[in-house]
Amino acid sequence: MSDRMDHFVSTEPFDPQAIEALSPEQERYYMASQWKMMWWRLRRHKLAVISGFVLLVMYVSVVITEFLAPYELSTRNVDYLFAPPQGIHLFHEGRFVGPFTYGLEQTLNMETLQREYAVDETNVQPLRFFCSGDPYRFWGLFEADLHLVCPAEDGTLFLLGTDRLGRDMWSRILYGARVSLTVGLIGITLSFILGIVIGGAAGYFGGWVDSIVQRVIEILRSLPELPLWMALSAALPARWSPIVIYFGITIILALVDWPGLARAVRSKLLALREEDFATAATLMGARPRRVIARHLLPNFMSHLIASATLSIPSMILAETALSFLGLGLRPPVTSWGVLLIEAQNIEAVTLFPWLMTPMVPVIITVLAFNFLGDGLRDAADPYK
Amino acid sequence: MLNYLARRILVMIVTLAIISLMVFVIIQLPEGDFLTSYITELQSQGEAVDKQKIEYLRAQYGLDQPLWQQYLTWVGGLVQGDLGYSFEYDLPVTVVLGDRLLLTIVVNFFSVLFIYIIAFPIGVYSAVRQYSWGDYGLTLVGFLGLATPNFLLALILMYLANRYFGTSIGTLMAPEYLDQPMSFGKMISILEHLAVPVIIIGTAGTAGMIRRLRANLLDELFKQYVVTARAKGLSEGKLLVKYPLRMALNPFIADIGNLLPQVVSGSVIVSIVMGLETVGPPLVKALQSQDFFLSGAVLMFVALLTVIGMFISDLALAVLDPRIRLQGGAR
Repeated sequence: MSDRMDHFVSTEPFDPQAIEALSPEQERYYMASQWKMMWWRLRRHKLAVISGFVLLVMYVSVVITEFLAPYELSTRNVDYLFAPPQGIHLFHEGRFVGPFTYGLEQTLNMETLQREYAVDETNVQPLRFFCSGDPYRFWGLFEADLHLVCPAEDGTLFLLGTDRLGRDMWSRILYGARVSLTVGLIGITLSFILGIVIGGAAGYFGGWVDSIVQRVIEILRSLPELPLWMALSAALPARWSPIVIYFGITIILALVDWPGLARAVRSKLLALREEDFATAATLMGARPRRVIARHLLPNFMSHLIASATLSIPSMILAETALSFLGLGLRPPVTSWGVLLIEAQNIEAVTLFPWLMTPMVPVIITVLAFNFLGDGLRDAADPYK
Repeated sequence: MLNYLARRILVMIVTLAIISLMVFVIIQLPEGDFLTSYITELQSQGEAVDKQKIEYLRAQYGLDQPLWQQYLTWVGGLVQGDLGYSFEYDLPVTVVLGDRLLLTIVVNFFSVLFIYIIAFPIGVYSAVRQYSWGDYGLTLVGFLGLATPNFLLALILMYLANRYFGTSIGTLMAPEYLDQPMSFGKMISILEHLAVPVIIIGTAGTAGMIRRLRANLLDELFKQYVVTARAKGLSEGKLLVKYPLRMALNPFIADIGNLLPQVVSGSVIVSIVMGLETVGPPLVKALQSQDFFLSGAVLMFVALLTVIGMFISDLALAVLDPRIRLQGGAR
């Protein structure tokens, strides 16, 4: 017994917290909520943040369209049909005058029978800011005529030219954003609700509910979306008011789009409902609705939001395509698709290429939503 | 295999039956039918309506019967190849569509082929040379391809062709072959004109396909069996083809399930914009004028196209992958 080694005792003072003590930075990280961590993740994805910002600007502009647009939606400048875009200049003959446009001179070419516009470099038209211009009803609520920018008195400001009725394209694109951008949001909300309810029921109850929902999803997904959308929107009666048609279109978009989300919800629920915490909740007497909504859904809400973001572009595109084909929204409701109807005639487009400009916001929006959705998807699981 | 085949065909038939019911409901949704709006239109123009002809058509196509009976008549006709009667054109639907059915198949087939041929090498390259300049460049192009809706791309290309080359690219064949029976010369002409629409329709699908193949292959590239094979001295090229690529190929082929509906959708709208001789343009017209036998036939046709395409891809998968063949095909 005596040759046994002495028991080792450290002379250091004992600190029971030594291992558990965290640096402030670690503490911040470990104590952060899930959403906070997702935000940190997302912030690293530069392109997603920029896209999010672009979208934010666009959606804010939708709220104050009337103020931002230099002209009213249907203001006709009958003297300026198919006028080309006007550039904004700062210097006139080497002298600083502030932002202004040169006047447009119109002549009728008797050979081609076409209006031709020439820039009149003597006619300086300084822009006015916070000015009163075309009167409008703000969101149809009250009368106002304040604009961020207006052309000079008797001057013109056609940043993107005018269309066949002499309406300012830039203003019309701004107004079109109001419809085009919200169609996607409302549509995705409806499709989200449908997807969660139907996919949730299938995933939670399993059995025959599941097999029926599965079959329906399979069939819907095997159909080409666009012809289906076209057929459904052709069924909207023409005598409905534009606003009802608008909601009709969003409902149609959602009706065809939900299977993707429902499938995601279902597969997640199938996995999660076997977890102990779900069993515990059931044993404590929670009803299915509560188990799904309070215990299971929050587990993959972030994933759902990411995939929803990724399917907004397809809705915006669908609305654009439908309106473009004349099966969706109809004038006087104005969306980007409705504006593009003017670009259907290839001869007109060759002569007046600015008729195609409503494409640009469509592409920017779709790209931005794709990047943002990509970033969100990476950030959706911050614990990885 | 036979067992699997039989089951797969049964599923396909049931699917088509349900789709036919859905299509019938959708085309019946608009209020009234073509004949009613036809009559009001004639009356508003002050023209006399040939009551007898209307009544004859109504009876001929059973429009006075209850809906379920109309549905059965319609489906019965479809099965026998009678697609109904187009009121708008005053011709049987089969005559109106004619060559368009075949041309639609041709356009879609070549679009899918194009997507696979382009996406495969690029996807493999992007995965093997991950984060190289080539990878970044191709990813960017892919993103742009995904974001530019194909009907807008069609418009842009048509504008550019018109503007700079003074040519119109909006047909599938040289004008002299229109309304001509199929011949060798016509076929050549069609193949020559096919390139532009196929590229336009294929762009978005190609971009998506590249990204998915790249992701699949990246999942495999760093697994242990690859390391083992490399440690045993297999050359890089042989290693890639023999092991990870084969694993990544299955999802690549199975993806046709996502791809086909997208391609068919795209081909419909691109055809409408470019005025191609496929089923797209008659579909819009038929939908606008409630010519429901015509729109129903086109809708059924595009659905049939995707369903049969998926059936073929499932068969290809079963041949490639014994697990599916033997287990009876749970995808």
